[in-house]
Amino acid sequence: MNDDREISKAAQIPGTWQIFLGSLRRVVREPLGALGLVLVLFVLVSAIGATWLSPYEPNKIDIRAKLQAPSAEHILGTDQLGRDTFSRVLVGGQIALKVSLISIGLALIIGLMLGLIAGFGPRWLDNSLMLLFDSVRSFPTVMFALAVVTLFGPSLTTVMIVVIVTQIPIYGRMVRSQTLALKDAEFILAERAIGAGFFRIIGMHILPNVIGPLLILASMDIPFVITIEAGLSFLGMGVRPPTPSWGSILNDGYSYIYNTPWPVIAGGIPVILTTLGFTFLGESLRDVFDPKLRKEI
Amino acid sequence: MKPLLELSGVRVRFRSRSTLNALLNGDRDPFVDAVNGVSLHIGKGETYGLVGESGSGKTTLARSIIGLVQPQEGSIRYDGTELVGMAPAEMQRFRGHVGTMFQDPVGSLSPRMTIRSLLAEPFKIHNMANRDLGQEVNRLLDMVGLNQDFANRYPHQLSGGQARRVGVARALALDPKLIVADEPTAGLDVSVQGEILNLLGRLQDKLGLSILVITHNLNVVRHITDRMGIMYFGRILEQGPTSTMFHQPSHPYTLALLSANPEPDPDARIDRLELQGEVPSLLNRPAGCEFHPRCPFTDDVCKTTFPEPNTAGDDHSYRCHHPRHL
Amino acid sequence: MGGDNVLEISGLSVEFATERGKLRALRNVDLSIPRGAIVGVVGESGCGKSTMINSIIGLLAHNASVTTGSIVFEGSDLLQKSERELRDIRGKRISMVFQDPMTTLNPVLSIGTQMIDIQYRDPINAEQKKARSIEMLQRVDIPDPESRLGNYPHQFSGGMRQRIAIAMALQAEPALLIADEPTTALDATLEVQIIHRLKDLQRSMGCSILFISHHLGVIAELCDYVIVMYGGEVVERGSVRDIFHRPSHPYTEKLLECDPARITATTRSLPTIPGEIPDLANLPRGCIFAERCDKSVAVCLEQAPVDRETGDHHWARCHLCGDHAG
Repeated sequence: MNDDREISKAAQIPGTWQIFLGSLRRVVREPLGALGLVLVLFVLVSAIGATWLSPYEPNKIDIRAKLQAPSAEHILGTDQLGRDTFSRVLVGGQIALKVSLISIGLALIIGLMLGLIAGFGPRWLDNSLMLLFDSVRSFPTVMFALAVVTLFGPSLTTVMIVVIVTQIPIYGRMVRSQTLALKDAEFILAERAIGAGFFRIIGMHILPNVIGPLLILASMDIPFVITIEAGLSFLGMGVRPPTPSWGSILNDGYSYIYNTPWPVIAGGIPVILTTLGFTFLGESLRDVFDPKLRKEI
Repeated sequence: MKPLLELSGVRVRFRSRSTLNALLNGDRDPFVDAVNGVSLHIGKGETYGLVGESGSGKTTLARSIIGLVQPQEGSIRYDGTELVGMAPAEMQRFRGHVGTMFQDPVGSLSPRMTIRSLLAEPFKIHNMANRDLGQEVNRLLDMVGLNQDFANRYPHQLSGGQARRVGVARALALDPKLIVADEPTAGLDVSVQGEILNLLGRLQDKLGLSILVITHNLNVVRHITDRMGIMYFGRILEQGPTSTMFHQPSHPYTLALLSANPEPDPDARIDRLELQGEVPSLLNRPAGCEFHPRCPFTDDVCKTTFPEPNTAGDDHSYRCHHPRHL
Repeated sequence: MGGDNVLEISGLSVEFATERGKLRALRNVDLSIPRGAIVGVVGESGCGKSTMINSIIGLLAHNASVTTGSIVFEGSDLLQKSERELRDIRGKRISMVFQDPMTTLNPVLSIGTQMIDIQYRDPINAEQKKARSIEMLQRVDIPDPESRLGNYPHQFSGGMRQRIAIAMALQAEPALLIADEPTTALDATLEVQIIHRLKDLQRSMGCSILFISHHLGVIAELCDYVIVMYGGEVVERGSVRDIFHRPSHPYTEKLLECDPARITATTRSLPTIPGEIPDLANLPRGCIFAERCDKSVAVCLEQAPVDRETGDHHWARCHLCGDHAG
């Protein structure tokens, strides 16, 4: 029996392509959804193509050109070391996206697995996991971040660890409650009746039905994570100079705000656009997938 | 002839409250008996109708036969093998060999799987994936009269009748000798009910199947079952050959059920045996014969002792102090 | 059926805008409910009964539109009314009972609270409202109603919940009660109890009832007049005796034939109506039932039939009827 192949086949959610296109169509019909989609695509494209799109080396110092306002040569101006802000923002976007996708991705996978087991497994396991989740959640995030920084020093990894650990209980709980709801569904009973075991049921029958809402929730967390990264980097607990991240751009710009506001604006705008984009898109997707809104015959 | 399925004194209890809770409330018994001492048997090629209203325990009994619920007492012998007390791993293997059909035709099919995957699944679970699954799927679809391109559809794309047929196909995948069908006509329009029942009948003749039908629809039972049992409050009050029970019922509850059937004839004058009162809760079992609070023929002995099984002829037994055929 | 009709639907057609095109869910529906009468609606899935009810109470989905027709209730057309006017009527002049009583009952409020709450429009004081609620519960055979006012819906059995829902619906003494499959989920003995109670209440209150059910026996016992719906059209209407004893439309005949309760001789091969209902987004040119009808002739496939009188106030929409006009 090739469980790996089967589980990956199930996770493909057959018919995905049609569902995907159909949902996209519905999303685009709503103005906010369309706007969200455009913004997200814009962010994605600029992040992926950062290395080709940046006109300058993001870390190239040119003191003579420092703190310039936007011009033809430097679209968003320069920072205190003469580095081109636009290039730094683009590369910063790459970092922001990498951090958020990896950490949310990992948190999602672990949260999904734990949630499925908690929901479908024995009572004592559920209770223990919930106790664990609640303990983690009750710990203030900033304090946790400080503790991690003290242990591992400030870096991207620090940021990712903090994010992963704080997000796992959120996704885990959500998956667990959905699993509990499905546990007594008639088709699950039918699967048990033909002899399906624990892992087959959670992998092939429960997982495909809970993953949809989970993905939407996770996609709406992307801006949140980016903001956390920006915040932690701003506080000096994130990336080390000279690596550009939106937070460090903001941090640098903050000191020079009396000289020129442009670095701060340049660092802040991408965060705002990304947050708005993912939030609009995520909410629009959630509405599209809400079965109650599908009242047409 | 040895029966295919034999139940003896099966008892299934559920916890109604925690032991601590029970102690605090002065309740000596924190359990409810969903199935309280049921004995029946089904022969090869026979159709048995288990009739009862909601709360009678018929669903729980069916689940204990399929192995989804373990009885606390009693014995369930299937083709000679004792199912009660079977190890879970063995039980899982056994489950492929009793076909099951669930009440909700579409809801009992996993929504994100194609019909093909659903029909191939029993083989994969029971380590028979080395067969040509494509061929098996087509064979099963053929058996239930569905076109081969149904294999690509999803459950929500099927009508009630089509989903029912997939349910039959799935139940038959591993060549079982017994099918347990829970309300096979529920959710089906009257004009379509016959299709499923006729299909089951044909397959039964062809494959020599035994079928246990669980329903509260007496009209269907009359046509398709050889024997039937009436269940109330976890016990079988009367059982026997279907035609005998329809023409000479013994138990007052049987009489009430039979007469409660509205006739599709506005001029029919029906002699109704109307029952008084409500079905009591399982938490508050009446003393003696549990049917006595609603029975119009109750007297003192009914309130104190539960009647033992009595026979009224060939394979026809009942439990009543004042059977109606006398 | 002439004279005082509490509800009169004329030529009602309703369409739904969907991704596949316009779904013509109701076409040219005529229905009259005389004062104090019980009218039954018989039909299978896809016949349009839910759409019709939603049109009456004004709760159609947002993608539905009424293309023609009128629904005249107590003299005025409901389709012309504003949402506020309809809200005034709902629950007061027109009440509803659904298949699942939990559609009506709020699980987190006691039934006393709910029954008193819905009297909010009445200019009487709290004591009087409470007394009225108790009286209503007595009339639906809820034992010891005064002490049970504080109970929650889950503390009652399914049959009792439905009776409470009926009590709530009739409390306002509406002119019309719409009952949508109210007994379908209940067992036979409970079903009989409820329809008897309904009949008694209806007689004493004088309200009219529109009773939807696919259970032919119940319709025969309860209703005075019956309409038969198929694929969005009313294919036959008449008195209950006419429909059950002298059905004119082939669909009605077939439907009655398929009801297992009506088939007297025990048979292993139950009749069915082969085929499926047509796609409402892609209607056939002629009669809606033609492709499944074993009496159809050429004209049936070409031309849609009109209503023809086959008896006293007995109409059927069929090319082959009406030769024996009453």
